[in-house]
Amino acid sequence: MKAYEKAIEKLILISAIVTTVSVALITVFIFKTGMPILLQYGVLDFITGTDWSPTSEIFGIMPLIIGTLAVTLGALIIGVPTGIACAVYLSEIASKKTAGPFKAAIELLAGIPSVVYGFFGLIVLVPAIRNYILPIFQKFNPDLNTSGFSILAGAVILAIMILPTIVSLSENAITAVPQEFREASLALGANKRETIMKVIVPAAKSGIFSSVILAMGRAIGETMAVLLITGNVAQMPGSILDPVATLTGTIAMEMSYAGPTHQQALFAIGIVLFIIIMLLNILAQAVMKKMGGVN
Amino acid sequence: MEIRENEEKKFDIKGLDLYYGKFQALEKIDMDIYANKITALIGPSGCGKSTFLRTLNRMNDLIPGVTIEGDIRFDDENIYEKDYDVINLRKKVGMVFQKANPFPKTIYENIVYGPRVHGEKNKEILDHIVERTLKEVALWEEVKDRLNKSALGLSGGQQQRLCIARCLAVEPEVILMDEPTSALDPVATSKIEGLLGELALKYTIVIVTHNMQQAGRVSDNTAFFLSGKVLEVDNTAQMFSNPRNSKTEDYITGRFG
Repeated sequence: MKAYEKAIEKLILISAIVTTVSVALITVFIFKTGMPILLQYGVLDFITGTDWSPTSEIFGIMPLIIGTLAVTLGALIIGVPTGIACAVYLSEIASKKTAGPFKAAIELLAGIPSVVYGFFGLIVLVPAIRNYILPIFQKFNPDLNTSGFSILAGAVILAIMILPTIVSLSENAITAVPQEFREASLALGANKRETIMKVIVPAAKSGIFSSVILAMGRAIGETMAVLLITGNVAQMPGSILDPVATLTGTIAMEMSYAGPTHQQALFAIGIVLFIIIMLLNILAQAVMKKMGGVN
Repeated sequence: MEIRENEEKKFDIKGLDLYYGKFQALEKIDMDIYANKITALIGPSGCGKSTFLRTLNRMNDLIPGVTIEGDIRFDDENIYEKDYDVINLRKKVGMVFQKANPFPKTIYENIVYGPRVHGEKNKEILDHIVERTLKEVALWEEVKDRLNKSALGLSGGQQQRLCIARCLAVEPEVILMDEPTSALDPVATSKIEGLLGELALKYTIVIVTHNMQQAGRVSDNTAFFLSGKVLEVDNTAQMFSNPRNSKTEDYITGRFG
């Protein structure tokens, strides 16, 4: 029995080592391949350069960073309020019977492959922006034009894609708020809305916040759907109807035909992505630690 | 079972039945609760005393499948009337729970929550409410320097006194207490018991307790519950010295329960 347990322990240890070593190897490989050009081109020039012309060996990724941030931010602006409202509805307002089908639908949303989202965006959203959204914008600025491939298209699709993450994690957080808080609030004569807004959601804030961070990570990393609908033009956007290229999309698009230097530059983009995600995680943990206490 | 005809009745309960689904948890309860008195509800676990307490501010509304028959009149109005204002009822009839349940907010925010919900925005008035209620529960000296710290950092006894203060902040007329000291140590318990006498000067108190000595020490009147029925309601001194029902006597003297 003892030997058997020891063997199992070893097996688990090996699994843990494999996981950690994989991460380490990937990190080492990305840095090893991307670092030389980063140093040779200059880290600052690489990050702040606004011209991405890999065929002329000009590697400024600012437009890509802006593209990624714009699409991600847009997705959060649309997706976070919607997702939290949905989570509140499912956990606090809807009866169990009503909530069931909603939850199933949202879980289904998480299972759809991202290329399908992209295709949907391509067929439905891009023409809709060109035909219906553009005229509205033109009322304010007649010079505006768009093909439909845009930040807006990417943001809307990403917003839908991050909903399952936000809804299910926030819902868990809200459901985990002790019943005593609800009772205490109601017993003081607060109504349901006040109880939700002032007691329950604040009590669940750290869980809700972590759902948002996870969603943000997902939005930044998402490649396929965004690639199909943002236009992939590496330029500084002037409005949300302009096309952009994202960090991930650029790597995916250009890797297949990139020459050696260009390839290294794409790996350098990988380093930047890596660092952005790391910073995001650190930020999330710091904020959550702070939120763990009160106010 | 009238105790004193000449005193003001806060609650007048007649023929109250309560069902959880098909299970009858309360049966034909008749009781009066008098203003500015402490009424203790005693009885073994599962006898319906907490359920009864929660009918008085309609907290049972939160539990699905509860049906209630009979009359509970509060200040001469039937609180189970169709259009009765529950929010207003809960403002007038506050509640302190078995487990101290301060919000995960600051001490200050805990107390001003109720007044704010009822529309008070004036900072000076809110400050004043915080000081007044914390003094009423004898917590002011202990926490006045850390009003903006989390309420969860207080000890169990302090948290429970904070919850009482939070309840007082909406200026209720009645305070319902559901075994408020059962999770506290003897020192914290005696502090809260000491408070009850002072609070009774201003408020009407109904307290559920498992502790016979506590009921004997603090209450004016006592109701003995058994299996969803009130077997006996009387002046506490009277009941404890000379119970009319033999089962009451058995319970009080610790022969069962």
